[in-house]
Amino acid sequence: MSAVLTLVERDAGVLESTSLQALTLGRRLAQRLDLPLHALVVGVGPPSASMLGAYGVSVVHIGEHEALDGFAPKAWARCVIDLAASLSPAAVLAAGTDRGQEVMAHAAAELDLPLVANTIDVEPADGDRPWLLTRQRWGGTILEQATLEAEIKLLTVAPHALSAAEATTRVQPTVETFAPGLTEQDLAVRVRERVEPGSGRISLGEAKVVVGGGRGVGAADGFRLLDELAGLLGGVVGCSRVVTNAGWRPHADQIGQTGTRIAPEIYIACGISGATQHMVGARGAKRILVINTDKDAPIMTHANYAVIGDLHQVVPALIEEVRRATGR
Amino acid sequence: MQVLVCVKRVPVIGGRIVLTPDEQEIDARYLGFTVSPHEECGVEEAVRLIEGHGGASVVLTLGPPEAEEQLRDAMALGADRAILLQTDGADWDPMATARAITRTIRDQESANGAFDLVLFGNESADSCGHQVGVRVAHALGRPCVTGVKAIELGAGGVVARREAASGWEVFEVPLPAVLGVKEGLNLPRYPSIPGRLKAKKRPLERISPEPEPGGQQKVRLMHPPERRNAVEVLGSGPEAARRVVEVLRKAGVL
Repeated sequence: MSAVLTLVERDAGVLESTSLQALTLGRRLAQRLDLPLHALVVGVGPPSASMLGAYGVSVVHIGEHEALDGFAPKAWARCVIDLAASLSPAAVLAAGTDRGQEVMAHAAAELDLPLVANTIDVEPADGDRPWLLTRQRWGGTILEQATLEAEIKLLTVAPHALSAAEATTRVQPTVETFAPGLTEQDLAVRVRERVEPGSGRISLGEAKVVVGGGRGVGAADGFRLLDELAGLLGGVVGCSRVVTNAGWRPHADQIGQTGTRIAPEIYIACGISGATQHMVGARGAKRILVINTDKDAPIMTHANYAVIGDLHQVVPALIEEVRRATGR
Repeated sequence: MQVLVCVKRVPVIGGRIVLTPDEQEIDARYLGFTVSPHEECGVEEAVRLIEGHGGASVVLTLGPPEAEEQLRDAMALGADRAILLQTDGADWDPMATARAITRTIRDQESANGAFDLVLFGNESADSCGHQVGVRVAHALGRPCVTGVKAIELGAGGVVARREAASGWEVFEVPLPAVLGVKEGLNLPRYPSIPGRLKAKKRPLERISPEPEPGGQQKVRLMHPPERRNAVEVLGSGPEAARRVVEVLRKAGVL
C-alpha cells in the first residue's frame, strides 16, 4: 500500500468545495495510516497543484486523454482503475456528488469491490477489528457504522457533512500525468451536449441567499413575493416537496433529500413546517431564518432566527425594509 | 417494449426516529411504508412508456414478504406484473442486492425477452448507497446513466438528461439500457380505486434468492450528534422586518 488517493472534481478550473471536504477526510485517513495523500484530476486544464498542496497532497496524478474533455462516467472510472492498479492505494475517496457517486460505482463494479457511499469518518483496521466507517443514511438523518473488508477501500464522502480544512504544513506536490487505457465501451456513455441555463441565472445549489416557500405560501402566485425578496437579495427561490407535488413550482426548485442540497450564507424559510426530507437539503445552510405562524413548528429546532407571523404580511414588510436599506 | 422498474420498501419516517433496541433498524412498528420519491417517478415513467409504446411494465423489489404492499401500489398505478425477491427482512448490502437482481433479470429475459429499459431510483431513501443500478448495468454489459430527470425515446435509443452544476447534461445511449432516475422526472399520478382493485389480481412472482454479500457489513445505526440551535426570535409580524435586515447585514448578504 502506497497512498491514500482522492479523486477531485473541478468546475471551470476551480476545485469543488465537496472535493476539498473529501481531501480533508482523505488526509485524516492518510495520517492515521502514515501514508502520503495523492490526488487524481481527470481531463484537460491546469492541475490546481498549489491548492491541492495546501490540502496536503504530495502527488497530483492527471489522467489525460483527448476523449476526456466531455464527461464520460466509465472513462473517469477507468482513470481510477488504471491508477489504482499502478499505485495500489489503501483507499480511494471521492466526493459524494452526482459525478463522484457515479464514477466510484462504476469503478467498484468493474473491480468487483464494495463501495461505501456517503462516509463521514474512517478508522483503519486495528488488531482484529476490520476498517470501521461511519456513513450517512436517510440523507444524514441517521448514521450507520459499518465494517469494510476489501483489497482497496472505495468510499465517497458525504457532501457538506464535514468542513474542509487545509493542512498545517503546505506541500509542493509533484505532478504526474498518465494516459488511461480507454476502451470504446468506456466512452459509450458520454455527455453528448450541455444545455446551459439562461445567462445570469444563479443555481439553487450555489446561491448565497435562498428564500424558500412551503405549504404556507398557499398557491403558485404566492411565490411572487418570495421571487421579489430573493431578487432584491441577489438570491434564488427554493421550495419544499409539498410545493412541487402541488405543481406550484418546478422540481428543480425543490430543496430536500430528493431535490437540491443548498449551502447558502442564509436560508430564509417561509411557511415551511420542516419535514425531515426538506431539512436534509437545508443542512448546508450557514444560518436559517424562519418565518412561520407556528412557533412550535418542527423547523424551529433547526432555526437560528425566527419571525413568528404570517409570511404574507412579514415578507412585504421585509421587502420594503430591504429596499429602504439598500436603495434598490 | 418491456420496462423493468426496481423499488425498495422503506418506512415513512416522521420528525423523530426511534431505533430498535439492537440498533439494527429503525423501529417501524408504528410507521407506514412507501418507496422513495425517485422510485415513485420510476414507476410512473415505466407506466407512461408502456402506455405510449405498448408492451409490459414489470416492477421488482428485494425485501421482506410485506414488500408485496409496495408492488401492489405500483400495479395500482399501472404496472402489469411484479417480482418479489423475498428476504427475511434483514438489509442486504449493495453487492448482494445487485447480484440477486442481475440473476433475476437474466432469468426473466431468457423466458420473456429483453427489458429495453431497467429503471432504478438514483439512490434508495434509507441506505443511500448510489450503486445498485450501476452494478447491475455493469454485470449485464449495458450502458447506464444516473441522475436522470428527463427521458425521451428516439430512433437511436434513449436520450437522458440530467441536471449538472449549471444547466443540463444530455446523454444518448442505445437500448437496452439502465437508468438511475430522480424525482422531477414526472409528476406521478394517484392510484384510482379501479386501479387498486385491478392490482390485487395482477400476477406477482415470489423468488427466494440466496444472499452473496460483499465486504461491507452494518454494525449498528445511531443518531447523529444533536445540533440544538438556540433560536433567536426576532419578533412577531411585520414589525420584525427591521431586525431581519440586521441579520441579513450580519450574514453579509446586504
